[in-house]
Amino acid sequence: MTIWKYGDDINTDMLFPGKYTYTCSTAEEILPHLLEDLDPTFAGTVRPGDVIFAGKNFGCGSSREQPVLGLKAAGVRAIVAKSFARIFYRAAINQGLLLIECPEAVSAHEPGAEVDIDVEAGRITVGERVFSFPPLPSEILAIQEAGGLLAYTRRRLEAPGH
Amino acid sequence: MGMTFAEKVLARKAGLESVVPGQIVMVRPDHLLTHDNTAAIVGKIQPELDTFGLVDPHLPVIVLDHVVPAASEKTAVSHRNVRAFVQAHGVRHFFDVGAGVCHQVVVEKGLALPGTVVVGSDSHTCSYGAVGAFATGIDRTEAAALMLRGETWFKVPPTMKISLHGRLQPPVSAKDLVLAIIGELGADGANYAAVEYHGDIEGLTIGERFTMANMGIEMGAKVAVFPVDHQTRAYLRGIGVLEASYLAVEADPDAVYARTMDVDLERIEPVVACPHRVDNVKPVTDVLGLPIDQFLLGTCTNGRLEDLETAADILEGHQVARGSRLLVAPASKEVLDEALGRGIIGRLSAAGAMILPPGCGPCLGAHQGVLAPGERCLSTSNRNFKGRMGCKEAEIYLGSPATVAASAITGKITDPRTLA
Ligand code: SF4
Repeated sequence: MTIWKYGDDINTDMLFPGKYTYTCSTAEEILPHLLEDLDPTFAGTVRPGDVIFAGKNFGCGSSREQPVLGLKAAGVRAIVAKSFARIFYRAAINQGLLLIECPEAVSAHEPGAEVDIDVEAGRITVGERVFSFPPLPSEILAIQEAGGLLAYTRRRLEAPGH
Repeated sequence: MGMTFAEKVLARKAGLESVVPGQIVMVRPDHLLTHDNTAAIVGKIQPELDTFGLVDPHLPVIVLDHVVPAASEKTAVSHRNVRAFVQAHGVRHFFDVGAGVCHQVVVEKGLALPGTVVVGSDSHTCSYGAVGAFATGIDRTEAAALMLRGETWFKVPPTMKISLHGRLQPPVSAKDLVLAIIGELGADGANYAAVEYHGDIEGLTIGERFTMANMGIEMGAKVAVFPVDHQTRAYLRGIGVLEASYLAVEADPDAVYARTMDVDLERIEPVVACPHRVDNVKPVTDVLGLPIDQFLLGTCTNGRLEDLETAADILEGHQVARGSRLLVAPASKEVLDEALGRGIIGRLSAAGAMILPPGCGPCLGAHQGVLAPGERCLSTSNRNFKGRMGCKEAEIYLGSPATVAASAITGKITDPRTLA
């Protein structure tokens, strides 16, 4: 597992350049351009299970969801940040991408430190230190458990009595 | 205990007596804005649309504006798919290429009203706070789910109150004001929060409030909203909206705010946001004389009639500097027609400006004025992120229409106070 580490205010243009937003919408089209203007090595080397650590306001800027779709498709296990921008946070819930808001864990992370995430317990271990993060509200958990918002919506539409 | 604007709107829409920050509520938005990205949104749910249909033909507002007219076969096909969807499902509020930037069109057409909830698959949906709407951006997947079920969740945000005092000193404008606020708060200064503007707002036109609400997202805000006053009512009357058709929502005097901030308008001076962050705000006097290759006047932030007029007045009797280019993209067809009628477009063109069709123009770097490596742009838009205008080795500065016009004359960043 690789830990990718970035700074504060990583915006959506860095995660996925705006010039591609109306020509790339499938995971296949998005993947080669992921983080293109931030870290050109990312798209070619990211592996399923990798984790991203970042500073505050991760995902600020546009409402574009391609970064979330792309990171989810690339198999990124979680993004651990000091804070997330709100539309990005929402988009991640809708795609079932795990975001962990834990500034202490980000500050504690040193290069090479082992990272372990236990979602059910709401615990993240960084090197020797253990931090907890709050569980998701039940309404949101239902969306994540269904596998994202569209799966959740489909389920609701198909429910008897809709 | 009193409630803030956001708490009141969400409580009303959720059918609850009261709500508190952090609470999750289910809401049926009044409108859902989507634009060129409608094709991708609809593409996610085609089988469900075939089976269950669109939840309500009045819900979506669709405006083709981002890459218009189509710049490639791919964008043309996507526009065609949007038109087919509109046709097939009887979408009532559709605006084809040429109508203008979605946010301007939504407000001009009276589709964002005081006290309503409008969501849009575009981050600058928050603009409609200018007329007292609870308006916020969502992603494409959520827009798709809304087209099917018409309902979504909101976490009641904490609210930040920004009180304005005094009057701006022209040529200082609302753009300078909101950039100064973002510079002070930082790009995440209002993250997850609702921002309420209070105090001396009567000196700000609806257009200026639009500019400020538009940039709410650049401080991370969920919504950025102005109280509804006589100007708002007059504006809405002017576009044919009856007062009886909306119910303005006002924060209670004893509402509880997570944070407050006071701003002295007299002390605001012309500023620019320097690359590559919107909160990297400096007084224009710090960057005087910086050569600029391309100027952009337009976008949902500053492409309205008053913005074009300000620029035309400053450019009067001057020419755009040799070696620089000035692009003007009116925010909507209504703005274009009005500016044509009043001779503003003619004056801008005579000064050497190049007039683009109403729409987003070069704002997102897809076409019509992409920058070359090493080039520098001074723009009235809302984002200067690296790569935003199509080239990551270019630099974007953000400023007011007055600063852009004054600088276009010299080809260098210029203080509009020295020309006005
Ligand atoms: S003008 Fe620019 S910021 Fe506004 S909606 Fe269009 S692309 Fe977005």
